[in-house]
Amino acid sequence: MGTVILLALTGLGLAALYFLVASGLSLVFGLADVLNFAHGLFLGVGAYGTWWAAGNLPGASGDGWGFVLAVAFGVAAGTLVAILVELVLIRPLYSRTIEQVLVTVGLSLAGVALLQATWGADARPFPRPDWTRQVTGILGAQVPNGGLLLIIAAVLVLGAILAFLRWTRYGLVIRAGVENREMVTALGIDVRKAFTLVFAIGGAAAALAGALGGVYFGTVSPGQGGSLLIFAFIVVVIGGMGSVVGSAYAAVVVGLVQQFVNYYGTSGLGDICVVGLLAVVLLLRPQGIAGKVATA
Amino acid sequence: MTLLDVTPAAAAPPAPKPGRVHRVRPFLPLVALAVLVALPYSTLSLPGIFEGPINSPGTLQLLAICLIFGGLAAGYDLLFGRTGMLSFGHALYFAAGVYGTDILITRAGLPLWQAALLTITGGTILAALLGAVALRTVGIAFAMVTLAFAQVGAILVARDFGGLTGGEEGLPLDVSGLPAGLVGVTNTVNLYWLALAYLTLVVFVVHRVSGSPTGRVLAGLRDDERRIGVLGLDPYRYKLVAFTLAGGLASAGGVVYVLIVGGASPHITSSELTLSLLVMVVLGGPGTRWGPVLGGVLYMYLDHRLTAFGTSDAVDNLPAFLSNPLSQPLFVLGTVFILAVYFFPGGLTSLAPRVSHLTRSLRSR
Repeated sequence: MGTVILLALTGLGLAALYFLVASGLSLVFGLADVLNFAHGLFLGVGAYGTWWAAGNLPGASGDGWGFVLAVAFGVAAGTLVAILVELVLIRPLYSRTIEQVLVTVGLSLAGVALLQATWGADARPFPRPDWTRQVTGILGAQVPNGGLLLIIAAVLVLGAILAFLRWTRYGLVIRAGVENREMVTALGIDVRKAFTLVFAIGGAAAALAGALGGVYFGTVSPGQGGSLLIFAFIVVVIGGMGSVVGSAYAAVVVGLVQQFVNYYGTSGLGDICVVGLLAVVLLLRPQGIAGKVATA
Repeated sequence: MTLLDVTPAAAAPPAPKPGRVHRVRPFLPLVALAVLVALPYSTLSLPGIFEGPINSPGTLQLLAICLIFGGLAAGYDLLFGRTGMLSFGHALYFAAGVYGTDILITRAGLPLWQAALLTITGGTILAALLGAVALRTVGIAFAMVTLAFAQVGAILVARDFGGLTGGEEGLPLDVSGLPAGLVGVTNTVNLYWLALAYLTLVVFVVHRVSGSPTGRVLAGLRDDERRIGVLGLDPYRYKLVAFTLAGGLASAGGVVYVLIVGGASPHITSSELTLSLLVMVVLGGPGTRWGPVLGGVLYMYLDHRLTAFGTSDAVDNLPAFLSNPLSQPLFVLGTVFILAVYFFPGGLTSLAPRVSHLTRSLRSR
């Protein structure tokens, strides 16, 4: 029993990580039709930003409120990079979708190389607050606190995004834009502002995933974002592009399948099962579980 | 708005003026082929461009790798530039060729021709099966699905299931059963010719297909898929044919590549390689006759030479904030790629008509 609970909770921790990356990807894709390959870069910036701040920023450290400050710095850095990418690279190619995707591909290659040039290719130990190294006993399972932190953060982010989409004016514009962008533009609403906003939200969520993922894995390396990104893509497709709630469901399914099969089968088999799951979903329901709806 | 509105190739050049150059023009590819065939007989040294003289094994190997990737990019362009399918999993079929050949020769002890035949057949069937599933989606979803399938290949190779692939260390090719002419440093020239033959084959097949009625259907799919459906043709079937053919060509490239490099290493399964193929095609000019080949050759050349350039004294003496990024080939290539998407969307091949247009307008002043 303890093993099952432990696997379920670590699986949910992984799911939380996927959700944080996938929610932004899904919104950007739903609204702007851009498959953002540079999303892994935002994650890397968040992770390295937090790592750098914990060592160099006055007041920030690897523990207590200092760590919260370091994470805030990392998230701010990731958000800033995301906004810059949208304004400088994506916006000039407005509605030229393929070229926008190509630019993010180039950026993902160059950005990861830049991280590698600055901090080296090897993984660096991540500053972890002491309590995240400990475990909590839940129903007889000793669950690492780092994973629990991720789950709590993902639930909070999910709630915040849904509240924003449901109850604010910009949320309304984004929801309507995902449904039918041409119509929203025809009504005289500037969708480009919504693009920037969605990039900022996605960048912040991905940067948070980078910072907390660093706590979860204990290290940070330039390639980390790229490997997470592929599973986040799978989550987005299974969940239905443009749907935040769909991403949440799909992230939970993918995280749990991966964790359980990797434990009870061979290591690596879980990753393959996830792709098998993707193929099955596509054959049965090509639009994903939730389709292209940015609401509940 | 369609998802896959690939930039059309640069505007057609102005009607050719009757002249000596235009009479020779159709034969230029043959001339280029003859030059490439004869290249290993040259002992010319080009300091700065190649490390040794052209007929040295190191230079020939680099040239052979460039030619292979020229062919791979041309095959990938059959999907991207000519049919408008954005596949992010093309590296899988190349890797299937590399690992398939290597495993069949090294682990199963088959002779080269059997291993090559089995591998290419297997790679083609794999492309047909995975394509049949992936093509149920269109546009960006198709890109993500092909990426996911390619990721399975990367996981299978990295986790070393059944001890076949050698995991992170890769699998060196067992050369004892290979024909003597393909083994050893002195025979690099034969491998170079093999790579050239592969490039020629791919270019021939791609040009034949795109010139045929099927090719016109593929171009129609790129421009407007619904129109093809209205004409009573099945878009799914045509796309599957193109996908399978491109996969088969890529796995054939893998067979030649493993002979040249002498083994398989896991980095060829990475998604980075497919992204590189996309970069090559876009840099060269998607859907153009020679663009993808040029793009592939140039990209691979730069990728190899920039590593040497990055560790050279000229770069090391620069301040750290410049020399560190410049020592990363992918940083330079990624940046060049972004600039290319902005400033010459038709790729390298679109530069020639633009430059001639510019010189003509300058001359007429």
